[in-house]
Amino acid sequence: MSEAAAGRRTAPVAAGPGLPPEDLPKIYRTMLLARLMDERCLSLQRQGRIGFYVPLQGQEAAQVACAWALEPTDWVFPAYRELGIALVRGIPLTTLFDQFIGNAGDILKGRQMPNHYGSRDHRFVTASSPVGTQIIHAVGAAMAAQRHRDPIVTITFFGDGTTSSNDFHSGLNFAGVFHTPTIFFCQNNQWAISMPREHQTRSETLAVKGTAYGVPGVVVDGMDAHAVYRAVREARSRALSGGGPTLIEAQVYRLGPHSTSDDPKRYRTDAEMAEWRARDPVERLKGELVRSGQLTEADDEKLKEELRTEIGAALKQAESTAAVDPLTIFDDVFAVRTPRLDAEREELRPYSAPGSGGHP
Amino acid sequence: MTEITLVQAVNQALAEAMRADPDVLVLGEDVGVNGGVFRATEGLFKEFGADRVVDTPLSETGIVGAAIGMALYGLKPVAEIQFVDFIYPAFDQIVSELAKFRYRSGGQYPCPVVLRSPYGGGIKGGLYHSQSPEAYFAHTSGLKVVVPSNPADAKGLLTTAIFDPDPVIFLEPKRIYRSVTGEVPAGEHRVPLGVAATVRPGTDVSVFAYGAMIPTVLEAAASLEGEGVRTEVIDLRSLVPLDEEAILASVRKTGRAVIVHEAPRFVGFGAEIAAILAEKALYSLKAPVKRITGFDTPFPYALENLYLPSPARVAGAIRDTAKEG
Ligand SMILES: Cc1ncc(C[n+]2csc(CCOP(=O)(O)OP(=O)(O)O)c2C)c(N)n1
Ligand SMILES: [Mg+2]
Repeated sequence: MSEAAAGRRTAPVAAGPGLPPEDLPKIYRTMLLARLMDERCLSLQRQGRIGFYVPLQGQEAAQVACAWALEPTDWVFPAYRELGIALVRGIPLTTLFDQFIGNAGDILKGRQMPNHYGSRDHRFVTASSPVGTQIIHAVGAAMAAQRHRDPIVTITFFGDGTTSSNDFHSGLNFAGVFHTPTIFFCQNNQWAISMPREHQTRSETLAVKGTAYGVPGVVVDGMDAHAVYRAVREARSRALSGGGPTLIEAQVYRLGPHSTSDDPKRYRTDAEMAEWRARDPVERLKGELVRSGQLTEADDEKLKEELRTEIGAALKQAESTAAVDPLTIFDDVFAVRTPRLDAEREELRPYSAPGSGGHP
Repeated sequence: MTEITLVQAVNQALAEAMRADPDVLVLGEDVGVNGGVFRATEGLFKEFGADRVVDTPLSETGIVGAAIGMALYGLKPVAEIQFVDFIYPAFDQIVSELAKFRYRSGGQYPCPVVLRSPYGGGIKGGLYHSQSPEAYFAHTSGLKVVVPSNPADAKGLLTTAIFDPDPVIFLEPKRIYRSVTGEVPAGEHRVPLGVAATVRPGTDVSVFAYGAMIPTVLEAAASLEGEGVRTEVIDLRSLVPLDEEAILASVRKTGRAVIVHEAPRFVGFGAEIAAILAEKALYSLKAPVKRITGFDTPFPYALENLYLPSPARVAGAIRDTAKEG
């Protein structure tokens, strides 16, 4: 924590400007939207209206400020906790709810668990559950962008625990060797389910893991939107000017459970929670806006109401969308259905109508 | 005897094996302080401590590779893979190393590792928390593959697996971790590997299944009683080694076979049973062998109940098969 506060780095990077002041209200709005969306989804899961949910509370500043530093042409390779990134990329709330429900409006056609969304239009690649697999994809996409001489970066998101995965190491090594325009954005939220950061690796920081691969590593306070923005901006311009990849470790905290299946009381203390709650990134940016006269408590209440209404409307629309068509199970296995899949489709047809007994 | 759940039976087998033999230890992600995400290792950390209930970094390659090293040195490690869908980073360690150590060393280096892992659908887990990959492992010579369907077998088979001299992939049907309860013998209880169980005797159609499909098949079989179809249900319990005799004996009696599993049909485990029947019991068959399985697609989220073999689909297949010949 002290390292983050001091902005300690394992590689020197030039100090750049913080967030554009005129953007701050919009950034705050997006962080608040992420927070309120999160609260709503946790309660929807408890009510059985969505099957599962992975909250991001505590990581709003890291995500929103990071995504703010990107351009729409950059490619995002997320894990499953990246709601803040998705919102900045402009993925509509209805698209998210359609995915969480898995209805006929879901662009993934009901195939994946909640949180594993993706949208090609937003250059937000569809997420997978096995951790770390996306890291090396970001490097490969960057190699392709290099070949095309496209002025873009790829960025990949993952957690502290995922630095133990094979693909994290393959990804850093390839990025180092091929000097790719890739940003490795690690959200160190201090926990990998029940495994604390200090038991995950003996390294002093996660950022230092870049060093041996020839990839500069940077530690930032992920509760500070300005610091995050600056680090990503710098990494991005270095990548675009041929300076290669950067590993950024944003030190944050997972204020909620790992997922709706998790009970953090089993492995962490209330005291630790309280200590980090006091550094809530949403409250922190709000304080800044209030102090600078850009926001009053009354404005904030009004904004919350407005956002809750927006969320409610999107949810209502998604909940009134039809269920996904059963026979779509057989689509997208290949570009064209094989005769075998056609035959299985016919086998399922009599069981596929509601009430036909196909549902156990 | 009191009734316990399947996951409690797993826990009991682990605890008793650890009490009986100091060389038995458990490792995996979140298995210690947290007691496992499904609570299969609940209480073990408290009883046996961090030396024998090891919370590992997030690396399946690391977990399986380390378990192999421990086994080479003489321990009996039981590694948990949190969901079997996450076993693939360790596939190289399993296929190239675990399965082949004994063979490649001319028998010098046995590798008695148990890899326990929840498998299967029905919990709204989507593509990556639902898969049934038993065929990959059954196809790899040198691995034993075991799938219990009830608490007593879970305890008995896991205990046998832990003390078996060979590597065992132990797939736990997570859909019925808590929904199925049953009496479990107290104290050491072993069920031999390679012995199937007739869970319902019958004379008209043989159904071969394992794991979470057993309750589904039993429901289908019961629903056909009124129609006069007497279904025999065989729980294979262990896929490797496989109780071929039990399969053949049942089909020689009924002349009809239906095979049920959650995994995709194409090159699934059912294909091996069908091949055994074609090779060794063809002249006893009065009807074509039928397979009711998951479809040849990845495992879907919203439509999982249609993807999984349902009692209705299984009953349909049994009924059709019973009519033939
Ligand atoms: C290969 C693999 N193993 C295990 C899991 C189960 N799992 C899901 S998330 C998780 C912890 C991830 O921790 P971290 O990388 O710190 O990310 P966070 O969830 O904290 O954002 C685990 C073990 C998985 N998804 N993939
Ligand atoms: Mg984490």
